[in-house]
Amino acid sequence: MKPAAFDYVRADTLDEALAVLAAEGGDARIIAGGQSLMAMLNMRLARPKVLVDIMRIGDLDRIAEERGRIVVGAGVRQAKLLAWSELAAKLPLVALALPWTGHEQTRSRGTICGSVAHADPSAETPLCLIALEGEVHLRSARRRRVVAAGDFITGMMNTARQDDEMIEAVSFPIRAGNGYGFREVARRHGDFAITACAAIASANGIRLAVAGVADKPEVRNWPDLDGSALDDALNAFAYELDARDDIHATARYRRDLVRQIGREVIMEARRCRA
Amino acid sequence: MGHPAATPSSATAQDSAWIGRSMERVEDAALLSGNGRFIDDLGVRPGTLYAAILRSPHAHADILSIDTMAAKAAPGVAAVLVGADVKALTASLVVGVKAPVECWPIAMDRVRYVGEPVAVVVASDRYKAEDALDLIDVRYAPRPSVIDPLAAITPGAPLVHDGFPNNVASDRHFSYGDPEGAFASAAHRIAIDINYPRNSCTPIETYGVIAEYNVNDGAYDILANFQGPFSIHAVISRALKLPGNRVRLRTPPDSGGSFGVKQGVFPYIVLIAAAARVAGRPVKWIEDRLEHLCASNSATNRATTLSAAVDATGKILALDWDQVEDCGAHLRAPEPATLYRMHGNLTGAYDIRHMRVRNRVIVTNKTPTGLNRGFGGPQVYFALERLMQCIAVELDFDPLDVIQRNVVPSGAFPYRTAPGALLDSGDYVKALELGASSGGLEELKARRAAARAEGRIYGIGYAAIVEPSVSNMGYLSTVLTLAERRKAGPKNGAQATATVSIDPVGAVSVHISSVPQGQGHRTVVAQVIADIFGVVPQDVRVNTEVDTAKDAWSIASGNYSSRFAAAVAGTVKIAADRIAARLKRIAASHLNVEADDVTFSNGKVHSQSNPDNAMPFARVAALSHWSPGSLPDDVGHTIRETVFWTPPELAAPDDADRINSSLCYGFIFDYCGVEIDRVTGEVRIDRYVTTHDCGTILHPGMVDGQIRGGFGQGFGAALLEEFAYAPDGSFLAGTFADYLVPTATEIPNPVIVHMQTPSPFTPLGAKGVGEGNCMSTPVCIANAVADALGEKNITLPLVPARVRALIAGDEPPAPAGVTTQPRSRKPGDRGLQGEGSAEVGASPQAVWDMLLDPNTLQAVIPGCHSVEKVSDTHFRAEVTLGIGPVKGKYRAEVKLSDLDPPHAVTLSGSADGALGHGAGEGRITLVPREGGGTTLTYKYDAEIGGKVASIGGRLLDGATRVIIGQFFSALAHRAGGGGAADGAASGLRAWLRALFGGAR
Amino acid sequence: MPRLTATQRHSVRFRLNGHPVEGSAEPRMQLADFLRHELGATGTHVGCEHGVCGACTVLVDGMLTRSCLTLAVQVDGCDVRTVEGLAPERGRLSVLQAAFRRHHGLQCGFCTPGVLMSLDRYLSTNPNPTEDQLRELLSGHLCRCTGYTPIIRAAMEAAATLASSTRQEDSTHV
Ligand SMILES: Cc1cc2nc3c(=O)[nH]c(=O)nc-3n(C[C@H](O)[C@H](O)[C@H](O)COP(=O)(O)OP(=O)(O)OC[C@H]3O[C@@H](n4cnc5c(N)ncnc54)[C@H](O)[C@@H]3O)c2cc1C
Ligand code: FES
Ligand code: FES
Repeated sequence: MKPAAFDYVRADTLDEALAVLAAEGGDARIIAGGQSLMAMLNMRLARPKVLVDIMRIGDLDRIAEERGRIVVGAGVRQAKLLAWSELAAKLPLVALALPWTGHEQTRSRGTICGSVAHADPSAETPLCLIALEGEVHLRSARRRRVVAAGDFITGMMNTARQDDEMIEAVSFPIRAGNGYGFREVARRHGDFAITACAAIASANGIRLAVAGVADKPEVRNWPDLDGSALDDALNAFAYELDARDDIHATARYRRDLVRQIGREVIMEARRCRA
Repeated sequence: MGHPAATPSSATAQDSAWIGRSMERVEDAALLSGNGRFIDDLGVRPGTLYAAILRSPHAHADILSIDTMAAKAAPGVAAVLVGADVKALTASLVVGVKAPVECWPIAMDRVRYVGEPVAVVVASDRYKAEDALDLIDVRYAPRPSVIDPLAAITPGAPLVHDGFPNNVASDRHFSYGDPEGAFASAAHRIAIDINYPRNSCTPIETYGVIAEYNVNDGAYDILANFQGPFSIHAVISRALKLPGNRVRLRTPPDSGGSFGVKQGVFPYIVLIAAAARVAGRPVKWIEDRLEHLCASNSATNRATTLSAAVDATGKILALDWDQVEDCGAHLRAPEPATLYRMHGNLTGAYDIRHMRVRNRVIVTNKTPTGLNRGFGGPQVYFALERLMQCIAVELDFDPLDVIQRNVVPSGAFPYRTAPGALLDSGDYVKALELGASSGGLEELKARRAAARAEGRIYGIGYAAIVEPSVSNMGYLSTVLTLAERRKAGPKNGAQATATVSIDPVGAVSVHISSVPQGQGHRTVVAQVIADIFGVVPQDVRVNTEVDTAKDAWSIASGNYSSRFAAAVAGTVKIAADRIAARLKRIAASHLNVEADDVTFSNGKVHSQSNPDNAMPFARVAALSHWSPGSLPDDVGHTIRETVFWTPPELAAPDDADRINSSLCYGFIFDYCGVEIDRVTGEVRIDRYVTTHDCGTILHPGMVDGQIRGGFGQGFGAALLEEFAYAPDGSFLAGTFADYLVPTATEIPNPVIVHMQTPSPFTPLGAKGVGEGNCMSTPVCIANAVADALGEKNITLPLVPARVRALIAGDEPPAPAGVTTQPRSRKPGDRGLQGEGSAEVGASPQAVWDMLLDPNTLQAVIPGCHSVEKVSDTHFRAEVTLGIGPVKGKYRAEVKLSDLDPPHAVTLSGSADGALGHGAGEGRITLVPREGGGTTLTYKYDAEIGGKVASIGGRLLDGATRVIIGQFFSALAHRAGGGGAADGAASGLRAWLRALFGGAR
Repeated sequence: MPRLTATQRHSVRFRLNGHPVEGSAEPRMQLADFLRHELGATGTHVGCEHGVCGACTVLVDGMLTRSCLTLAVQVDGCDVRTVEGLAPERGRLSVLQAAFRRHHGLQCGFCTPGVLMSLDRYLSTNPNPTEDQLRELLSGHLCRCTGYTPIIRAAMEAAATLASSTRQEDSTHV
């Protein structure tokens, strides 16, 4: 279980990293925390020609508040964001969800942006980013662009990132006055979610995002539904996610969780808003 | 300290200074400091090469060809071996039953399980060896496979080995007492069907072998983290076609856990030895985790039907066992031992005089089985103790009452069971009472009542079992008929060995061939010696490495069947006692006292009546070296004593097939309360109580350690762990993210209760304790879940989805307009269906022409490098497929059939590559649209196997859909795709929309 | 920005347990392999090579790090700490190590180096952990031998010992 051979570039600046991506395109891979990529390298599931290590690019390791958004740079590790003193105040949903990502020993290395780039359908960070209507800040040697999180993740481990682009940062809007609920069910502590639900209660109604069921986190916005109307909406959502069976859970089980946990987190978000 | 319940109480323990104490282990300082010496920590000879193994992605296939040219030419590669190369140097491993069947450590011309070795590369380092694996080109012709044990023995099932008709390797019937009479006269017949799943104890250190062939001596020198039994040494040397004295097998000082599993390294010993011989250099192989999970070994899965004849009071009169034991693709030594290890105690802890048994040993296309902690116990007790619970439910008794009514009565020991076990000692009735009172059973019942009153789902389960230890090396011959046994000659006993040595300065060393894997044998032996010689354990050096060329060993040597405390430690005592007796005589002559008056304490040998009349122990002990002439006549020497000890109770099976399969039988009584989460189906253990009588406790801390460790594994087997296979034989639990080992957040801390009834048959009164909870815990938890849900049909592991399925009612129907994929298949089944459609600008005829055109195919098949046209409707392609960073090269075949131009066509394809293989079939229909263009609709079925199936299970279906989607969307795109795509698969739909919608 | 080519070995230097070390590695070499087979620091173990078992856990610049999910070339210039550096001096055991020995917090000892690294790091910043916190921390490690309870007990005792010794130090400083 050893990686196939690759070149390694330790980029000191963003431009250096982008230059390699521009030159090598799809044959290059960024390595950030390595918590997903290295396992795939070891198993030879991935065989890039060159790895670009971005973790020594000082500018990327920043958490900043800009124009009503929290910007998290590509160098920010999950542990750092979790330990950020303003997290619970500024991004309560992320504060609820991030402790469910892996373990202390993986959060210490894995990055927020790496998790978004990887686009695992069960991952918590993409779920939060989509639930919160966050944005992905892409950068290539040619251009910069900003893509809404919901458009960025296009499917299982598939994103709108072009081969020469990297994620420079992701940003989460700060929304005061909303209520949040989060819960996930996994086989063991730290495992990828079988189903994870995040709810936001706001003046506009409710927003429910679900990971682990479809190929990517999916969202629904509803007015303030209750009772059987809410049940019906959850039931329709559960079916629309087109759940599948695997060795850890059945499709039916996943739908059940969407119906039940979905309701739970919505109630939680409402309580929390009130 | 910290183990109040573990206070030793036996006479032996009280009288002694060290035995019975939880002293700190002599092993630990090095292990805690990073100074352990595990196999991969030891240096190798200069020039050592490294091996990597290519493994079968198919459960069952013929090997058509293996092309190793490119691999042989790769940088750093010294040798590449395939089956024929190994066959030229070795003989088949012996098979446990008489049949025209062979068993090789590498596939010859047919693979029979996913993970079976197909080729071995030997190179200058492991990285380069794996590089070369990628260059080996193997062509397979898949065969139908058989996975389920009961399906395997139905007529017409695919045959795994031509020499095992109906896949049955052995079919034996046994009868003890008068089972027919008992069943005929009993008030009730109560039965249960069990399918016990596959799992393994998965040590954290994997297998390792370093082998070398000395061409001048014609001999192998092999270091492996093998754990015994050393009967396997005979199997190895036979396979290497050499007498045993030319196969030197050594074990490293430390081993990172085994739990039986490292017995299974032996086929790799043969394989790597052959590789070393071919390479002409030492070869080292360290198994990786993917190899380990997929192909090292597994406990057997077993289909059992167990019936009991029960009278009106709940007393069991007879049992009827029908066991179908699934040993996987090869019957590897010592199988079918898993089935027969428990034979003598198939009546469990109960006084049941009549029994009928049918034992079938069968083969399927799964990893070959072998030793695993509990070895046969989990499978047997799951059936037996589930049955006890069912008897209670059906006859409306409390389950504990049924247990109490049936256990072997106090005062009946030693008790001979119907199938021949001699239960050495115990007081089961008292242990049940002690466990219930010390563990707070009444309180637990109150908690259940309270929980139920609140509408929560809560249950209590019990299990009462005997834990056999020190296996009779003859039990396996019970699989043979009497006539076969007579022909083969008797097999019985269990030789334990110990060597105690005293060096010229009087320091004591001990060697044992028990191959510990973390059980602290060196500490306990030091305690035994310290008590006998009156020294401190720290002054005793114990060596547990085995070297078959120099050490005292026998076939029973090794670390299995919990034989250390009962047999090996006792043998150490016998050896040390012999030296002590001589030392007493020597000292007596110097101290001018009678030998009887001499005793050892505080590093001195002294007169008991006059302690001041003393000599340093070291001086007396060294005399045999320095002054043999001064020793009393006929005392011999005290330099070294090797003892071989075998208990007389371990006789061969008798003519009526009665077998005392083990020397000692401990008793365990477990119960637990569980609560089930109504929403998630998760099972939470409220309290788990485990009561043990393992005879005399030599080291309370280690005994509790064994109990907690076994409990953790039993807990995992109950709730988390399964070597899952798809019906096509794909292995689905290839990583530690799929094979779920419980962590500290899952495993609760069990309440441990001790009782000590020394064994009359072992030198120290001790019995084994290491395996019991692997046997009792899975069924105890299952019984609690059965109680909580009022459900008879309980299957392990109790994954939340499975549990929830038992409590959830009908599902709310899908709202109108939302269709779900057809899902007739079982969870884990790899069959994947999907459908979708796209609107394209081109006319049906134009789309049709594209489908039959290699250039278009090249453009639309995702990642296609080249297309070769074999015929008008048959194409071959080289493709790179993948999602995200996961990419692999495949050889693909595409065939068109059922052509209905230009309306519909069936497209079937297959792909084969290093990451796996897949096959699928899809029907494409082309319907003209009003105003031009075509609606392209497709529907497909696909199946994926190989590496991606075993390590990417969670993501596989989705990934496959993406790739298939890529094909159709590329086709649509090529055909001028535009308008809204409309498919049932929302992921695919979104994907298509993103691709077309976004682009336009 | 040097580009380290795939087929060559490149010099890698860092501080290991406070001492400068140097070796050479292809870019693809795992840090675990580099520590063990290049530097001979075999205390760090390898159990899965995909980040789940935790046996390979070390500290890199103070961060808990799976050395199987890290390349040797990535830690060039870093501060790396492994189980070999836990004891205050050779032949002695740290408070945590000694507590493991006292409570039988290990059997085969294969998972132990990683477990020790996580606990040592955690206790240095969380001197008063609850049992639940420790269990959550240890969810990043697989131990097949102990059932974890003895590990938790050892860690709780070590935390208490360390806390009381810092209190003592604090009071002597006052
Ligand atoms: C034991 C274990 C358990 C885990 N459990 C969970 C879990 O429960 N939930 C969860 O969400 N995750 C889990 N993870 C994954 C973990 O969160 C990863 O850290 C994360 O998915 C990827 O982040 P990374 O920084 O490690 O990225 P890497 O592994 O370095 O990279 C991942 C992918 O993203 C790309 N990439 C990374 N950064 C960028 C960038 N800035 N721009 C463009 N591309 C980039 C890489 O090229 C690569 O393809 C677990 C991991 C492990 C080992
Ligand atoms: S070897 Fe690194 S986590 Fe298992
Ligand atoms: S002590 Fe053996 S795995 Fe933990």
